[in-house]
Amino acid sequence: MANPNAPLTDFGNPVINWIDRRLPIFTMMQKEYGVFPTPRNFNYLWNFGAIAMVMLMVMIVSGLVLAMHYTADTNLSFNAVERIMRDVDYGWLVRYIHMNGASMFFIAVYVHIFRGLYYGSYKQPRELLWILGVLILLLMMATAFMGYVLPWGQMSFWGATVITNLFSAIPLVGDTIVTWLWGGFSVDNPTLTRFFALHFLMPFVILGVVFLHIAALHVSGSNNPLGIEPKSDKDTVPFSPYYTVKDLFGLCVFLIIYAVFVFYMPNYMGHPDNYTPANPMVTPPHIVPEWYFLPFYAILRSFTIDIVIPFTDIIVISSKLGGVLLMFGSIAVMFVLPWLDTSPVRSARFRPLYQKFFWVHLAVCIALGFLGAKPPEGLYTIASQVCTFLYFAHFLIVLPLLTKYEKTLPLPPSIHEAILADRCTKQP
Amino acid sequence: MGNPDSHGTQHGSCGTGCGNSAPQKTSCGAEKEECHDESKRDFIFISAASMAVVGAGVTAWPFVATLGPAKDTLALSTTEVDLSHIQEGQAVTVMWRGKPVFIRRRTASDIELARKVDEDASTFNALRDKQKDDERVKQSTFGGKAMPQWLVMVGVCTHLGCVPMGQKPTDMHGDFAGWFCPCHGSHYDSAGRIRKGPAPHNLAVPSYTFLSENRIKIG
Repeated sequence: MANPNAPLTDFGNPVINWIDRRLPIFTMMQKEYGVFPTPRNFNYLWNFGAIAMVMLMVMIVSGLVLAMHYTADTNLSFNAVERIMRDVDYGWLVRYIHMNGASMFFIAVYVHIFRGLYYGSYKQPRELLWILGVLILLLMMATAFMGYVLPWGQMSFWGATVITNLFSAIPLVGDTIVTWLWGGFSVDNPTLTRFFALHFLMPFVILGVVFLHIAALHVSGSNNPLGIEPKSDKDTVPFSPYYTVKDLFGLCVFLIIYAVFVFYMPNYMGHPDNYTPANPMVTPPHIVPEWYFLPFYAILRSFTIDIVIPFTDIIVISSKLGGVLLMFGSIAVMFVLPWLDTSPVRSARFRPLYQKFFWVHLAVCIALGFLGAKPPEGLYTIASQVCTFLYFAHFLIVLPLLTKYEKTLPLPPSIHEAILADRCTKQP
Repeated sequence: MGNPDSHGTQHGSCGTGCGNSAPQKTSCGAEKEECHDESKRDFIFISAASMAVVGAGVTAWPFVATLGPAKDTLALSTTEVDLSHIQEGQAVTVMWRGKPVFIRRRTASDIELARKVDEDASTFNALRDKQKDDERVKQSTFGGKAMPQWLVMVGVCTHLGCVPMGQKPTDMHGDFAGWFCPCHGSHYDSAGRIRKGPAPHNLAVPSYTFLSENRIKIG
């Protein structure tokens, strides 16, 4: 970049060459997305990073159009959204794209995360890459939560009330913080307007962190299903056309499923209660968050006892604070995952015990999602408590122990040799 | 303290030369320049950084403060209610500061049920948020006359802010003949005290005064 006379890539087009000599964005794209050496053995689970990126773009574009028709005001918001649905040309389409897009974005990101867990993508040297990813998840959750408040239906209002009240669990200053978050004494107009402003801002913050996430990825290179680093040119293929095409194919399948939701069952993942205008005087009998928050909601409600100093009445951790700590802890534990599982073998293919525990962990997460949608009573509470324990046990007990005691299988010498050996055994 | 200024580090290296009769020209870099005391530099850096932090805080404060309750929000902080139409056993819900306030005219048996808890030491000590029934209604007086039948509370569950059920006769009242929060299963008794479930406190009692026997001002 410093030397303007340095030989640059010839793109065969004088205009592009002229620009590239002054601002080498084409050279950069060629380096990072054209010839970028990528492990040759990706499976379809490696599509989901690109799919998530496309979903972020879809959300920003559809959200921008919706924002042009939306009004953030407790008296007007509900009707503004209904106007988009009924009167604005194709407003229904853009809103259903945005509404279901949030769910599809979370599906892509959850698959992306569990792929990372299965193949040990969080391990050295990709710790920071992983941490940036968890940060993106946190930002997405905040954005999705605030977006859900904007239509100002019953679930919007009561979801906002319950989630902002989580902060009142903070000892001493909790109530002051909640009043400050609300800008009043309850969730009301000041809350709605600030949520709209933040909901507009946050996707661009996410975009910034995604850029760092990808920058870090292009330093360490991608992990792969074998979890061993590429050793020579034989182990890699250029990103384009191999993975641009593979990502596009996966994206098309994903978009077909997305379109089925948008066109045939647009409200399947929503709640009918949110088509009732917000009423601060009546709480709906069952407040349930969107499906992508259900596991965390189950963890929040699983903590039902106060922890007291023995033989006194002094409550150290109230059940409310305990639930909040557990819920935030369930994400926080992901930040330190690279230091809880320090086994040098990445891929679960070569970790027979870890492989089993991975599937148990996935089942626990799905069970928590199921329990989060149920009323907090009787057996459901006990099941939530068991699953919450198992969730944390996986990270805090199982993984450190496996690191120490698991007998891993021998790793193949290189990616291409593993692929060749695999082919030879499969052929008759 | 790290010194980003390379000029400064050069002076730092000549610290030993200070006070010598023959100043060491070479390590000082510049001719006849006074040698600097490194600790003075530190003082300047620390005081400059402190001022910058104070400045940043002062600048940030108005932005943070805009998010608090505005004056018009604070101005809506009292509500007057006429209670003359409420029969014994009935309850009304009124809006105060954007929140529901429960006003219940309790029956004698409601009061008795709540006071039984106060008298029984083991039940009372088991309460999560220990308050006697007469403390809950101590503001319900007019002209020196106690009116324990009037129970006035903010109708917001102290767990995560849902509105508990129990205002209508057909609502669920929970296991203690009071209120029940359907969100996370908190049970409140006929004095609005938390008896079972995740909520940490009793339903809050706002400050209120009786303007007459049948008129109340909340806030």
